[in-house]
Formats: sequence, C-alpha cells, structure tokens
Amino acid sequence: MAGITDNGKEHQHTITALVQNHPGVLARVAGLFARRGFNIESLAVSVTENPEVSRMTIVARGDDRVLEQITKQLNKLIEVIRVVDYVEHSAVERELALIKVNAEPKDRSEILQLAEVFRGRVIDVGEKTFLIELTGGPDKIDAFARLMAPYGIREMARTGVIAMARGTKTA
Amino acid sequence: MAKMSGAQILLECLRQEGVEFIFGYPGGAVLPIYDALYDYRDIKHILVRHEQGAAHMADGYARATGKVGVCLVTSGPGATNLITGIATAQMDSIPIVALTGQVRTTNIGKDAFQETDAIGISMPITKHNYLLKRTEDIPRVIAEAFYIAQSGRPGPVLVDIPLDVSLGKVEWEPSSYQKDPDIPSYRPTYKGHEMQIRKAAQAIKEAKRPVLYVGGGAVQSGAQAEVTELSERTNILVTTTLMGKGAIDENHPNSLGMLGMHGTAYANHAVHNCDLLIAVGARFDDRVTGKLDQFAKYAKVIHIDIDPAEIGKVVHCDIPIVGDVKTVLRELLKYVEPRPATEWNRQIMEWKRKFPLIYPRDGQMHAEYVIDEIWRVTEGNAIVTTGVGQHQMWAAQYYKVKRPRQFITSGGLGTMGFGMPAAIGVQFAFPNETVVCIDGDGSFQMTVQELMTAVVYELPIIVAIINNRSLGMVRQWQELFWSERYSEVDLQASPDFVKLAEAYGAIGMRVTKPEEVEPALREAMSQRKKPVIIDFVVPTEENVYPMIPSGQSIEQMMLRKDLEQLRASVDTDGEQWSFADQEQILKQFVEQPARQ
Repeated sequence: MAGITDNGKEHQHTITALVQNHPGVLARVAGLFARRGFNIESLAVSVTENPEVSRMTIVARGDDRVLEQITKQLNKLIEVIRVVDYVEHSAVERELALIKVNAEPKDRSEILQLAEVFRGRVIDVGEKTFLIELTGGPDKIDAFARLMAPYGIREMARTGVIAMARGTKTA
Repeated sequence: MAKMSGAQILLECLRQEGVEFIFGYPGGAVLPIYDALYDYRDIKHILVRHEQGAAHMADGYARATGKVGVCLVTSGPGATNLITGIATAQMDSIPIVALTGQVRTTNIGKDAFQETDAIGISMPITKHNYLLKRTEDIPRVIAEAFYIAQSGRPGPVLVDIPLDVSLGKVEWEPSSYQKDPDIPSYRPTYKGHEMQIRKAAQAIKEAKRPVLYVGGGAVQSGAQAEVTELSERTNILVTTTLMGKGAIDENHPNSLGMLGMHGTAYANHAVHNCDLLIAVGARFDDRVTGKLDQFAKYAKVIHIDIDPAEIGKVVHCDIPIVGDVKTVLRELLKYVEPRPATEWNRQIMEWKRKFPLIYPRDGQMHAEYVIDEIWRVTEGNAIVTTGVGQHQMWAAQYYKVKRPRQFITSGGLGTMGFGMPAAIGVQFAFPNETVVCIDGDGSFQMTVQELMTAVVYELPIIVAIINNRSLGMVRQWQELFWSERYSEVDLQASPDFVKLAEAYGAIGMRVTKPEEVEPALREAMSQRKKPVIIDFVVPTEENVYPMIPSGQSIEQMMLRKDLEQLRASVDTDGEQWSFADQEQILKQFVEQPARQ
C-alpha cells in the first residue's frame, strides 16, 4: 500500500458548488480551502434561479487525489447542497474581463481590430485609453491579454470562471 | 399560545432534546438565559471554574454516554475559553453543543464590550455553527444543532446567541418542537454499498494475513458485538487505535492492544506484514501510520467509514465502504465465512511472545506498575480518563478496558488538562461508577481549578497523578532525539498536591512505595462524596516503550534495552502460548511487591 504523495499529475479543475444562500457560507468555503492547503485559482459566486441557492464556481489545481479531497470536503460542509467537478462532463466555461489598455492614436485601429477578432467590445474611450470588455474561456482571455500587453495594460479585472454543463444535464 | 422569551424557548428546546446537564459559566451576554435557568429545575446547571472545563466536561459526558454534551458560556472571553475544548471534540468526533452568548445584534461588528467573532473563530473547529439573529429561529436552529452534532460523523456544533435574541419574546408552542429535522443539504450515509460489502467479504476469504484495524468510529457506532463476532468467526486479530480502545474487550484473546507510535510491537508487526488491512472507523492518523510508504505496505486495504472524505485522504484504499460501522459490519457478517486460525495467527503469537509489553521489576514504583495496579484494583471496570503525555500512553497500554466508552482521552488534539474535567463530566453521567483520571503532573496543573467543581458537587472522582516532576513525553523526545538537551521540561517546582487537594476540600494522598499503591487505591475507592487526589511519585527518567519515532517505520521501533533480559527470565513455550496467557506472563515478569 502506498501513501498518497504529490507526484500525481496536476490538472486544473472547474468545480461548481451549489450552496445555501446563507451569510457566511463563502467564509466556510474559503476557510476550508485555506485550512486544507488547497489552492484556488479563481472563485465566482452568485445567486441562482432559486434565490435560496447560490452557485460557486471554483477553479483549482491539484492531482486527482487532491481534487477528490476538495470535492469530498466541500460536500461535508452542511450548507453545501451539491458539488460537481466538470472534469468528467462536457461543460461550457466562461469568464468576463475588463481590460484598460493604453490606446495612443497611432495604435487605436490596430487595437480595435484585435478586439474585433476576439469579439471584444470597447465600452469606454478615454483620451489615452480604451476600456475593453471581453468574454470567453480563460485561454481566450489570456491570449487577448498577451496581445494587449505591448500597448500597456493599465488595469485588468476578471470575474473568474463560471461553468455549466452542456445539454439537459444540470448541476 | 403564550409568549415566551428566547431564553425560555432555548431551555425548553434543550429539555426536549433530553439534556440533563449544562456545564457553564455565566456572564453579561447570557444573563437572560441564566435568569430563565433560575426557575428551571428540569435541567441541572453545573457551575465550572473556567470555560475550558465546561467544554471538556460536556465532552467527557458525551464520550461516556454517546449523548450530546452541552456547555453554555458568555460572549468574548467566555467563547474564546471554550475553543480548546471544542477543538478537542472536533478532532475526536465528539457530539457537543456549545452555546455562547453574543452582544446585541445591533452591536455586532462594533467592537462592543466582550464582543468576539465566535462564529469566525470556531468555524474551522466545529462540524457546523450558527449565529442566531431572530428569537423565532431558536427552535429550528437548536433542533438542527443537536441533529448535526450526533448524526453522521458526530462533532461539535456552536450556537451563538445575541443578548437581544434571548431577551426577545415571541409566541411559541413547545409541542411544535421538531427533533431531528430534515436538512436537505445534509444526508449522512449509514448503509454501505452492497457490492462493496460483498467484495470485502471476498477479500477476507482470499487473504492470507489479514488484520483488523479498528478506530473510534466503531466505539461511536456501538459496534463492539459486531467487531468481536467478525474477529471470532474469521480468527482475524484486532488492533485498535487510541480512540478505538474497547471496540473489542482488550482481555479477549483476539485483541492485540493498540498500534502505532506507542502501540504494542506485535500489533505493529502484524500490521506491517499483513496482506489485508481492514480499517474500521479509523482515519490513518500519523501517530498510527508513521512513515506512510512503509505502513502496511504489502496490504490491500478495506476502509469502512461513515465520512467519505476519510477514504483516500491519507492512504490508497482498494475497497472503500461508506457507512455506519455497525450497520456495515452487520451486512458484512452475512457474507463472511468462518476461517480457521492459520500459520499467520501463530506468527503473530510468536511476535507476542518475543516482544511482550513489560516493565522492570526492580523495586521502584514505576508508572506502569501504578497503572497496572489501578487496573487490578478496579477490576478493569473503572471509566478511565487521561491527560496527555507519557501517562496517557502507559494508561492506553496497561489499562485493558472491557467495553467501548470506558477509556476517555484526547486523541487527535492531544489536549493536556483534558482528564480531570472529562472525569467530572463522566461522573455526572454515571454517579455510581468508579471514575479514575490517570493524569500527569503537567496535565493536572492545566485545569486544576476544576477540582473545586468536583468538590462542590461531591463527585468521588479519583485523580491518579503519575508525578515524574517533569514534562515526561517532551523529556523523552529530548533524551532520544535531541541529544539529552533538556529544555524547559523540569516541573520540580510544583505545588504540594496533597496540600492542594486539601485546600480545595478534596482528599489528598501521596504514594511513594509500590506496596502503598493498592491500599491507597482501596481507600480512594471507598470515598463516595469527595474527590481524591493521589500523588504517585514515580521516577523521572523513564520512557514509554515501544516507540516508533515520528515519521518512521517499524524498522526503527525502539524497545526496552533490557527486553531480552526480561524476556529470558520467563520460561515460555511457543507451542503452548496463547493470547490469554499474556496476563500470566506479565505476572511472572513483574515481581509483585510484598504486601503488608
């Protein structure tokens, strides 16, 4: 019998937890991750179609055993109704980013074209900046941010991933 | 419908939950509750001397009875003083409900007098907790708190009650109280998966060298009969964890005693060499496993646990079964076929002959001898509590218990000072039982103030201080692993425990010679109205053996240096040996001092 070691292969997982919409439930989830030494890459929380239920979408890294522990420990929280690890399901993942990028007059048309390719929208035009809104999977946003970097990103905010299974399947 | 205050509603809910005792300490934020208690005679309130004592008493009561223990304290320091006690209960999965006062809801977050965030502080050390915001929520929250505390894998639940919530008055009909409410997001699994249980039975059938490794989960679920039946039917020998003591009668020939760091050498050899490890309500604590990749490295693992998160947490598991231990074992027994004792059983017997649990006969009053005598004089029937340290491990090795809930000790958290307040909680639950706290001189001083509680309520607890004038376990580590650099472990400067007992109104005795042990114990047991403190003055430089150093494996197991010599002095015949003989062997090893 071998002990559980960390040499398992690390994966990024998107986990959705449906939780009772009580005050303090976010603290319980965040505290659990901190105390058990699980790393959160992103966390998005909002109310669902049922106002008594909130949906937390957590992106975390770890090997299979770590991720299994995360899921099990989440399930142990009294206020957690259900936990789904999307690694086994076909799911759509999206996040929204707001990027404030330097936009000198000479660069503007180029930036606009790039934003167009990524289906981003310029939602505020300043004297020296564009504020661009972009939705997509994390890879797409990473790629766009890389392209914007040479112009100078002044500020970026990302919501963190939210996810949903394809088809009729629900969390 | 009559209007009732929150405090009255709370007490009525507690009564309906069958609460007999509240261990508590009053203060500003719980004044309405104490005022309601003044008229309330259905529940007995026990006034402690420090809130930590209240938590340990509730815990001791819960461990001894299986019922929920209740403690009640005020906000701020009252709540923070409970924390060690709550964490102790959490680590050992003990059902307690901790009620803490809180400042008025309108003052929360304003740094009001005696305000502290009890919810935030207790979140990592409770199974769940609640901040009550409305008086009308009290019945629902109390019902949920009791249900959560004692169902599934038990644990502590804290309910924080602001002053205005207990003061507030609402209309409420006590008969509307709903015990064991349905909580949709909380549905523990009790019944094991049938396919998995069949697989386990098959694995048991195929195993050549199986061992049962039984933990606190078996005690909690009351599965002694099932563990014993499984062991007897299959001739699979049983080792228990510290928390699992009593899951099988330790005098049973199939019992191998405790495993792990200070477990018996034969239990550890059995686990190390087994090809099937049947883990029953145990969680592979590091004090059990030592070096993980060496632990039971040849074994297939069956893991039965009510908490799915325990499965695969520490070790890989081949046949997981999530469910209540008793329920699962009952199912398993339907499929398990009888199995004869084999060469493997003989091998373990050989280890038992080779590495017995012994201590020297040199006329000195060794700690092991004192504990052995406590066991003998109480006929193995006392409910034993302990502090934490060397005395705890010796008590675990030498006080052989007959039944579950008879050995009460802080396993997971290792809380020094647990023993005496726990003994008080136990004695309240069982006024006619002999309750012995085997304590250390260090542990005893951590919660010594509760001696007053024992005196006031006329509890005949016996506190046996194994006094080596030292923080013995730390001293042992410093001796063995830190080049004998004894740093801050000397407790020569301690009070005179006999005078201290007398100052509190208890009875104090000092015992320095082996022949005085039994008479002192007999005298202590004849006392039925007062606690008795016995100061057993034992040698300082003694170590707990066997010992597997932290993070190492059985290959590094340290045995008594004189083991060979001790063993050689006994005439044993391997062929004749049986487990039941251990007692006789021990008698030959340990020269019984002449009695007067």
